[in-house]
Amino acid sequence: MIAGFGAIVARDLRLALRQGSDSLMVVTFFVLTVVLFPFGVGPEAGILERISAGVLWVTALLASMLSLDRLFQTDYEDGSLDLMTRGPAPLGVLVLGKVTAHWLTTGLPLLLAAPVLAVLLNMNAAGFGVLVLAFLIGTPTLSLIGAVGAALVLGARRGGVLLSLLVLPLYIPVLVFGVSAVDAAVMDLPVRAQLLILGGFLFAAAALCPWATAAALRQAVE
Amino acid sequence: MQDFFDMGGYAGFVWPSYGIAAVVLALLFVFTWRLLKTSERRLAQLQAARGRRPRRDRAGDAPAAAAPHETAPAEPADAAGEMR
Amino acid sequence: MHRFANPNRFLKLANAILPWAAGATVILLLAGLYFSLVASPEDYQQGATVRIMYVHVPAAWMALFVYTAMAVASAVALIWKHPVSDLFAKAASPVGAAFTFIALATGAFWGKPMWGTWWVWDARLTSMLILFFLYLGHMALMNAFDDPQRGFRAAAVLALVGVVNVPIIKFSVDWWNTLHQPASVVRMDGPAIDPAMMTPLLLMAFAFKAYFVTVVLLRMRGEIAEAKVRAISMSQVHG
Repeated sequence: MIAGFGAIVARDLRLALRQGSDSLMVVTFFVLTVVLFPFGVGPEAGILERISAGVLWVTALLASMLSLDRLFQTDYEDGSLDLMTRGPAPLGVLVLGKVTAHWLTTGLPLLLAAPVLAVLLNMNAAGFGVLVLAFLIGTPTLSLIGAVGAALVLGARRGGVLLSLLVLPLYIPVLVFGVSAVDAAVMDLPVRAQLLILGGFLFAAAALCPWATAAALRQAVE
Repeated sequence: MQDFFDMGGYAGFVWPSYGIAAVVLALLFVFTWRLLKTSERRLAQLQAARGRRPRRDRAGDAPAAAAPHETAPAEPADAAGEMR
Repeated sequence: MHRFANPNRFLKLANAILPWAAGATVILLLAGLYFSLVASPEDYQQGATVRIMYVHVPAAWMALFVYTAMAVASAVALIWKHPVSDLFAKAASPVGAAFTFIALATGAFWGKPMWGTWWVWDARLTSMLILFFLYLGHMALMNAFDDPQRGFRAAAVLALVGVVNVPIIKFSVDWWNTLHQPASVVRMDGPAIDPAMMTPLLLMAFAFKAYFVTVVLLRMRGEIAEAKVRAISMSQVHG
């Protein structure tokens, strides 16, 4: 089981490294979109500081969704998904492997880019640590929920747009608590509760989403 | 009567609420009805066409009818039999 | 349960229920409208706007009820591969979306005179809006596949994922609201409800439920006919 998980992570990471562009594109999208905001709302430091946590989180949601439609698509087209559903390793574990690889190639780069962008948005330095921590707990949840959506739209018409329609409403709880953790940190309030709730979401998603994704994948290859 | 339509000065809020609900529910009903009628008409046409052109034995049908999963409601031969 | 799994047997049952459901819709709706627009008192604070409640509240109830029913049907469809429950889920989601839309729109028309604004980012409003998006996603996914069976199964999985998420969304949005708007906008729960207001409320609620039954049965009949059309044309292509 562990071997199957490791093999999937290693394989997907190797594929991502060979193609190389995915992580870079996701981060570029993240940076570019955040940079649009000062143009949109004006460069006043006060306003930017006030909205910085929200802007970073919303943009991160969108960025992490960008590469989702490719999560199972290539495996679906070249038939490896058939092998996975029929193979000896439990499908849920393989899904967890794919999600881990997805997070390492998209969530992790976002996490690294976030503090730099926070500086550009004039965020109070007190928020940086919590921002990174909240991203660390929150973005894997996004990858897990996104995997369910990605599996559901396999073979659908206009899968990409459909995916965002399905996944974005489900992202809202993570957004709410992610932003409020950072806002609380900036205002020097306790952030423990928000981070614990984000952690709770992560555990719940890790328990439920691979299972739902596996169900969706099975019906896709049936 | 005037009072009734005036709604205590809130006519501009009460009537649109009822209006929106009425329009949405009516439209949904009309679309449902049209959907039902078109599909029933198509079904009747197909079945009439099949009635004129006798088919081979049902064994020949089986693979085609079974392919789309067991939920394809009733085999065509069944369906035709029921409706006639 | 499998007694009704056969679509033809279901059709007989549906045709037996339909005239009653349609009749009940008309009668209850007429009675409900009479009581809600004429034969009920105005609220001492809200005046005539309280009449919006008789559409708004039943529609909101229906929005939640339909989603629950759809999720149960989806579970049944996934576990027992029950074809009629697939058809129910497909038929129900546009009706649920319609009721959610009505609840949101009438809420805006109630909010404007009472709160002074069409929309507030209040916890309840926000979670209803998200419910509306879930309905839209369900409908879009259902129709996104060339093979209707795939649409059924994918949408069933989505409905179940959504039902897990609805309480989480509700709770997160509640929390979010208390942080940003400390009780400045109190939801208008109204005074403890008067029996004279209870009558129109219940009548409208039952009228909406009867409407739901009627429309869902009609839609399911349409879907069954459509499936037969597909089966016949398929057998002609292959045969």
